Amino acid sequence: MILLKRVIKAGFLNFKRNGLVSWAAILIVTITLSVLTSILLLQTVLHSSLDQIKNKVDVTIYFNVGADEDKILSLKESLEKLPEVAEVAYVSDAEALALFRERHKNDYPTIQALDEIGSNPLGGYLNVKAKEISQYESIANFMKSDNALVLGSASIIDKVNYYQNKSVIDRLTNIISGAQKLGFLITLVLVFLSIIITFNTIRLTIFISKEEIGIMRLVGASKLRIRGAFMIEGAIYGIFATFLTLLLFWPVTAWFGRNMTLFLGINMYEYYISNIFQIAIIILLVGVLLGTISSFMAIRKYLNK
Amino acid sequence: MIYFNNVTKTYNTDQKAIDDVNLVIKAGEFISVVGHSGAGKTTLVKMIVAEDTPTDGTVFFESQNIHKLNSGDLTKLRRRIGVVFQDFKLLNNKTAYENIAFAMEAVGKTNEEISTDVPHVLELVDLSEKIFSFPHQLSGGEKQRLAIARAIINQPELIIADEPTGNLDPVNAHDIIQILKKINDLGTTIILTTHNRGVVESIGKRVITMEKGKVIRDDKDGKYII
Repeated sequence: MILLKRVIKAGFLNFKRNGLVSWAAILIVTITLSVLTSILLLQTVLHSSLDQIKNKVDVTIYFNVGADEDKILSLKESLEKLPEVAEVAYVSDAEALALFRERHKNDYPTIQALDEIGSNPLGGYLNVKAKEISQYESIANFMKSDNALVLGSASIIDKVNYYQNKSVIDRLTNIISGAQKLGFLITLVLVFLSIIITFNTIRLTIFISKEEIGIMRLVGASKLRIRGAFMIEGAIYGIFATFLTLLLFWPVTAWFGRNMTLFLGINMYEYYISNIFQIAIIILLVGVLLGTISSFMAIRKYLNK
Repeated sequence: MIYFNNVTKTYNTDQKAIDDVNLVIKAGEFISVVGHSGAGKTTLVKMIVAEDTPTDGTVFFESQNIHKLNSGDLTKLRRRIGVVFQDFKLLNNKTAYENIAFAMEAVGKTNEEISTDVPHVLELVDLSEKIFSFPHQLSGGEKQRLAIARAIINQPELIIADEPTGNLDPVNAHDIIQILKKINDLGTTIILTTHNRGVVESIGKRVITMEKGKVIRDDKDGKYII
């Protein structure tokens, strides 16, 4: 316990007395954490954009005119039970007609033609949204094969528009999975580079103290005692860098929130503020671990004697 | 206490820094190791604290082969030895007080012991007024006295002083030797390396003379003869 106290105290004292060197290390860790925070925020933008695109994709099942509504509703129920399905919306033939009239209210000839027919020429339809974009195919297949679930449902279905949209949906699936893979790869490379740079900076700060480390060993200090103080110093770099990063992203996200919300499809500032606690925990953990592990590894070389 | 058995140290250049040295140092002795620069004095004392390893031969501290000790045992051994160097080897970002406190913390002394003993030992070496000064605020003589204070604080069995007067003027050099003599009178073994004739002759104890890595003289009440 007394050793722990002394190690922590020595870590703080070293940090304070190393002055400029400490601040240089903090600056580098801050840059690393900023890269990480940017990646976190960009991932959110990417995900929200992809979600928006995904939401625009659906499969519509059109029914014959005059199809039995009970059958439609029981098909809806069985669709809702599928694990792939997120949401099924039913639009009845009357609603379909109302929507059609609303959409074409300025298109006089069409409305006039509709009035001349007299009866409702439109059937009802089901709008199916899948949880994942890649699951539309299996839902469409279900519609084709599993009609036994709802006896006679084949006879009421006019068409399923999945096959018309298939090529678009497939392309979108590829783009989305590609974007996710690329995002992950870029994240990996950036994080790796930042870690290397931070490690080297901390190694440099320890290199400056190598003579002191030798002296400490000569006067009989244990490896734990020496290493511990440097690790605490590394942790302090992480803590300060976390505060600086959080502070730095305040105005940056505010600017994005004010000027880029429409373009990004998400208000970055609101997202940042409402998730600041989680972001702080993530970058604090990364910063402290980066500082302590880098110190632990960098000092090893000088402790051998 | 310390036994050098056929110790040889060769560096990359094939030049022998120490050449087949056999030596026995008894507890309580005050030994001066003399010789020109490059004679092997520093290499010899570095072997005792395992700062350097022999190419051949063994060095024992009592029954322990120093160069076969694991890291933990070596740390324990070093706690029994105080070291003073020509270049002081003080911790530059610690005050005089903290430099000594660090050596005490290393051996696990309590905070109470530290706060009583540090001012006391600084008083012994006449540095009471510099207790909160950093090494860069001290003169050469003061730095060396601080190094001695650090070396003696844990009452080691052996003190190694490698050219402790090398950077000092005659008055300060004399002070340092007087302190070392006093410590020796209290029973601590001292190994002093120097090429200062006046220093050796003022001590009047065992003198080991080295030349080109070999021990060429070992006189009980020696003088500096080269």
